[in-house]
Amino acid sequence: MFKIQHAEFIAPGIKRFVIEAPRIARKQQPGQFVILRLYEQGERIPLTIERSDPERGTINIVVQSIGKTTNLLNSLETGDSILDIVGPLGKPSEIEKFGTVVVMGGGVGTAMAYPTAAALKRAGNRVISIVGARSKDLVIEENEMRAVSDALMITTDDGTYADKGFVTDKLRQLIDNGTRIDLVLAVGPIPMMRAVADMTRKEHIRTIVSLNPIMIDGTGMCGGCRVLVDGKSEFACVDGPEFDAHRIDFAVLVQRTSMYRAAEQQSMEDFRREHDSLLARIRAEQQEAECALQGGGR
Amino acid sequence: MTQTVNKSLNPLPLKERMKVPRQPMPEQPPLLRAANFGEVNLGYSEELARQEAARCLECAKPICVNDCPVGVKVKEFVQLIVAGDFMGAAAKIREDNVLPAITGRVCPQEDHCEGGCLMGKKVTPLGIGYLERFVADYEQQHMDPKDIKKAPPSGKKVAIVGSGPSGLTAAGDLVQKGHEVHVFEALHELGGVLVYGIPEFRLPKQIIREQIDYMRAMGVQFETNVVVGKTVTINELMEGEGYDAVFIGTGAGLPQFMGIPGEHFNGVYSANEFLTRINLMHAYEFPKYDEPMVDFRGKDVAVIGGGNTALDAIRSALRLGARKAYVLYRRSEAEMPARKEEVKHAKQEGIEFHMLTAPVEFLADDKGWLKAARCVRMELGEPDASGRRRPVTIAGSEFDLPLSVAVIAIGTSANPLIQSTTPGLATNKRNYIEADVMTQRTSRRGVFAGGDIVTGSATVILAMGAGRRAAKSIHEYLTTGSW
Ligand SMILES: Cc1cc2nc3c(=O)[nH]c(=O)nc-3n(C[C@H](O)[C@H](O)[C@H](O)COP(=O)(O)OP(=O)(O)OC[C@H]3O[C@@H](n4cnc5c(N)ncnc54)[C@H](O)[C@@H]3O)c2cc1C
Ligand code: FES
Repeated sequence: MFKIQHAEFIAPGIKRFVIEAPRIARKQQPGQFVILRLYEQGERIPLTIERSDPERGTINIVVQSIGKTTNLLNSLETGDSILDIVGPLGKPSEIEKFGTVVVMGGGVGTAMAYPTAAALKRAGNRVISIVGARSKDLVIEENEMRAVSDALMITTDDGTYADKGFVTDKLRQLIDNGTRIDLVLAVGPIPMMRAVADMTRKEHIRTIVSLNPIMIDGTGMCGGCRVLVDGKSEFACVDGPEFDAHRIDFAVLVQRTSMYRAAEQQSMEDFRREHDSLLARIRAEQQEAECALQGGGR
Repeated sequence: MTQTVNKSLNPLPLKERMKVPRQPMPEQPPLLRAANFGEVNLGYSEELARQEAARCLECAKPICVNDCPVGVKVKEFVQLIVAGDFMGAAAKIREDNVLPAITGRVCPQEDHCEGGCLMGKKVTPLGIGYLERFVADYEQQHMDPKDIKKAPPSGKKVAIVGSGPSGLTAAGDLVQKGHEVHVFEALHELGGVLVYGIPEFRLPKQIIREQIDYMRAMGVQFETNVVVGKTVTINELMEGEGYDAVFIGTGAGLPQFMGIPGEHFNGVYSANEFLTRINLMHAYEFPKYDEPMVDFRGKDVAVIGGGNTALDAIRSALRLGARKAYVLYRRSEAEMPARKEEVKHAKQEGIEFHMLTAPVEFLADDKGWLKAARCVRMELGEPDASGRRRPVTIAGSEFDLPLSVAVIAIGTSANPLIQSTTPGLATNKRNYIEADVMTQRTSRRGVFAGGDIVTGSATVILAMGAGRRAAKSIHEYLTTGSW
């Protein structure tokens, strides 16, 4: 059981959790993730660690409600607990002095790009950040990103905040203005990362993306998270989650992440119908576990 | 409780015993069980068990005991069954085997205890596995957890990495010596392959839970969700957390793919993923459980491989409604490493065996979903390094087998996580951990290893044997301090 010390929505449908997980907090490095499971019947899902506090023994995750599990997770509040969290998993981001780095965050991807942006800045890079969201209220981590960036640009798809357009428009501008870019890091929805990869391939700019395929164990045991890198299978959970964008087969990534679409939709419908009883079940499990703990079990 | 049986209580004269065939195991009828995940074997009744036990020839030098990797005192426990002392029989088995309900179900008895049984030369070998299972289940139903004794504390702390059969055995043996034992497990469930690999119909999860509860009652402490090498390293355990010794029993969990075109298509699984979804994550109970699985109903499914893993996977697919369920194996049935009983059960259930057949490519529709496997036929040539005859492709034998799901069960290899984060831990060229065959010591002082992570994928009982040897030498190391 992992206690939620604090939970708050930072945008509609996007919630930040501060969770007690001392072992993970001690070891976490930027770019790594956890896998969690909410209750006995739950599935395991990967989530990037936004930051951690080794002294207080906490980790932060930022979660967007998409499917059943993320919706259910975002129904949990301060004081609730999460049944299982394992991590930190995956390889840490490669942090060194590259020169000028463009960090691009799309939607909730911004929260995942943040720890790496901060580390790149600490390593002495010039960090130019581009943050994109569908509309104004979905722009997240603006202040955090500003604090670790030499320049910050924001786009919204509908133009309700900052500049109307996509993050790739800003990247295009930077390139066209002749900005010397040594590395691009892009974290966000697959179409965004793919568009970035296509743009930078032509410019020969090294580009890193953080992939989030379907996972189960996160330790290299199942192979379900495999992605095609230069035509060969690699496991995102242990060989990634960050990969060279120009070597990734995005079409296969899209195909594999859609594998359970039908089942996911069914789960989502069940969730809408059974939200209250599910939440009650999770809380009952939490109580049971706490009693067992007090009784010296587990 | 130790009991010695001096004089035979067996009413049957030796000559008569030689004529009695083995009592058959009651089982769910094939067509019924092919549609559910309930256990196939239903277990002996007390009466059947005593009848079967009475067949034992009580050899002066029992071969069965010698052939058992953990040296279960077969003759003695069987005599106790004949005498009707089932709890005594259970205690007798527990002297050597901390997981009898599990080995009674999944051990390849034909390769060990039952393989050398003299009765087998005359009629059929004594049903030692069936009897072991009977005794273990009887004990579970009749024991009082208060009777489990705890040893006085030794003041030493041991970390066990991995909760598979090797780790559990080492933990059980060490806690009985009074050491403080902590088991660290990467997954959220305890049991290793027993929970994520072997399906419910062969080994109900409840059995594993009971065995683990028994170990908890003995004082073993378990911490799930800890990936050693990531969450904490071996060095940190020994230096920071004060563990005096570590046993590594992390198994051979890395799935092997075939390296043929099309393995990334939707519908192509590693056996590990396939079985993990179904067993650990209960995908067969979707939507009651959230983990999804492709819908097998009315679809054609094949598994590639000939081991227990392959049969577990294909029999699971059948139970999930597959229309056709094939085993594709590149050698012949004689070379199949699976337990004989599983092969028999699979055939009864209607699984089609295509021997000397191997896929060379997977084909998909325009959405990336598997639609067929291009296969070739093989013939057996000269023996290879493993002593088995090498399969050779027959030219021009290509054919396409329509399929919606293919499961690759051609073996596993070592997960490098611990090796790469533990300086000074010697490995062999296939990245398995080097450990002494008698003491299970590694190249690192205080660090021991055993089970599949040392031998490559083997069996439950061999992993338990390694756990047992490791516990013995860990205890020696902790009491003498010499390495
Ligand atoms: C589907 C299937 C069916 C089988 N059927 C049979 C059978 O019928 N009879 C038989 O005798 N054998 C069978 N086997 C083989 C048998 O299960 C294995 O040989 C045996 O389980 C090996 O035991 P082990 O203790 O070495 O490792 P495992 O059982 O593999 O357990 C290793 C454990 O360590 C954990 N782990 C791994 N890395 C880490 C880490 N870094 N930190 C923490 N924990 C970690 C894993 O999650 C796992 O729980 C089967 C295997 C499979 C896959
Ligand atoms: S999630 Fe199972 S191997 Fe990556």
